Amino acid sequence: MSEPILRLEGVETRIGPYHILHGVSFDVPAGELTLLLGRNGAGKTTTLRTIMGLWRASAGRVLFDGRDITALPTPDIARAGLAYVPESMAVFSDLTVRENMVLAARSGPLDSARLDWIFGLFPALRRFWQSRAGVLSGGQKQMLAIARGLAEPRRLLLVDEPTKGLAPAMVRNMVEAFRQVKAAGETILLVEQNFHAASALGDDVAVMDNGTVVHSGPMRALAADAALQQSLLGLSLDQHQ
Amino acid sequence: MTDLGATTPASLPAPRRDWAALLLCPVLMAAALPLVGSASSWVTLTAAGLAMGMMIFLMASGLTLVFGLMDVINFGHGVFISIGAYAMLLVLGPLAGWAEADSLPLNLALLAVCIVVAMAVTAALGLVFERVIIRPVYRSHLKQILVTMGGMIVAEQAIHVVWGASPVAIRLPEAFRGAIVIGDAAVERYRVVAVAIGLVVFAGMSLVLNRTRLGLLIRAGVENPEMVEALGYRIRRLFVGVFVAGSALAGLGGVMWGFYRQTLTAGMGMEVMVLVFIVIIIGGLGSVGGCFVGSLLVALVANYVGFLAPKLALVSNILVMALVLAWRPQGLFPVARR
Repeated sequence: MSEPILRLEGVETRIGPYHILHGVSFDVPAGELTLLLGRNGAGKTTTLRTIMGLWRASAGRVLFDGRDITALPTPDIARAGLAYVPESMAVFSDLTVRENMVLAARSGPLDSARLDWIFGLFPALRRFWQSRAGVLSGGQKQMLAIARGLAEPRRLLLVDEPTKGLAPAMVRNMVEAFRQVKAAGETILLVEQNFHAASALGDDVAVMDNGTVVHSGPMRALAADAALQQSLLGLSLDQHQ
Repeated sequence: MTDLGATTPASLPAPRRDWAALLLCPVLMAAALPLVGSASSWVTLTAAGLAMGMMIFLMASGLTLVFGLMDVINFGHGVFISIGAYAMLLVLGPLAGWAEADSLPLNLALLAVCIVVAMAVTAALGLVFERVIIRPVYRSHLKQILVTMGGMIVAEQAIHVVWGASPVAIRLPEAFRGAIVIGDAAVERYRVVAVAIGLVVFAGMSLVLNRTRLGLLIRAGVENPEMVEALGYRIRRLFVGVFVAGSALAGLGGVMWGFYRQTLTAGMGMEVMVLVFIVIIIGGLGSVGGCFVGSLLVALVANYVGFLAPKLALVSNILVMALVLAWRPQGLFPVARR
């Protein structure tokens, strides 16, 4: 396992009266795809939002490349090299696909070679380049949201449930796209409910339950152990479609 | 501002335009012609409506951005209109000779100086207003309404202290007085100036909003400020910038409105706020294009109805708003919300 680019140490998050994260700790190694799995309400989305500073950690530390980013404002965290694709996709519906991508390329004009690579991953974006993002289908919006995260080289891509609500064919396309992104050397922390899709992608895995990490290790080991899957996730890979 | 010179794949479809909303005003104008009956009366009414619409747009455009981007209900916006108008007095006294000179270039220069000074004063006031009054009440609409109305009352009293409580009469620059006669129709010269300035401001705002990264950020921030921050942009600075720009635009609107009325009062801004709120609701909160179309629509309807059915004139604005919202509950050009 390579050196962690992101490390969470005992992170706790409270939202109003609710105590959501209870000391979350795990590492994201550089150049690998780490999966964050868990049942609904386990705290996966809250973990990603806490990393991005969208919700504040009340205790613990988030270290990015050895630097404590726990208290940094969200824009500074993004500028440190993190890209975030939220569960809601959060594409700017009133802007065109092109304008969404232009905003994502913070440091200047879009790089044409990188754009060609993104179009290779998500051909629909080329077709709808000048269309308002609001008219795209759910799957196309998801493509745009991920493409926005890839518009410029970033050091870590955080993606929250990219296959949620997508048709099976679209899920297969998405898995293939992530396979290519991973092959390009990007470091990814991926929250995923679709265990079948996740197992095909992940190098490492952290499983959450009730606001804490209950298991972490290589994905290969979890994928091979049906009993462990059953105890951690309440299902086995064989049962999951 | 950054040019958006991004790689654009060829042969791709252009964005679709919302023709139904865009054609509202032209269709209204065409429909009014047979009802009014006389071409000269129609020209006069239409020109007056367009000029009034442009002035409303100038006063409202800043508020719609502030409302849309910052989710701030600024009931104190009217005071920036009043202060913009009063700031003209800083110029009209020393440059009285320019106003009386029978020279279009000198009169235009005087108007330009008035606008620059008014915008500078209201922008500076906007900076203080945002810092002292708005910032502590972000995310609380009720507190925003209360505190901005309080700020407005204080600012209006400050106008009384600085410029006195009595209405102040001003005169239009010489070249803007009188009317241009076209056949049997008469169009006031100042209204032509108002239309020209309104168009220039609308074109400038459209250019910034659609052709620059700053504009994209504002439009994106109206929809989802959290995601804008997650992309690495500091939305708080954008908020301040937009509030200052919105205040400056209100100051510009105050200059044009002040010259139109030729009488300045501390409450002149507040008096038009009902109209301002109507047009930004009709247009769609946060939409500059919607604000533009909404302003023209309200002003044209008010003029035509005032001529055709004077008894309905008082309720025409509310009727227009009710009809538009029945057709499009989010306004003519709804801005997608988070």
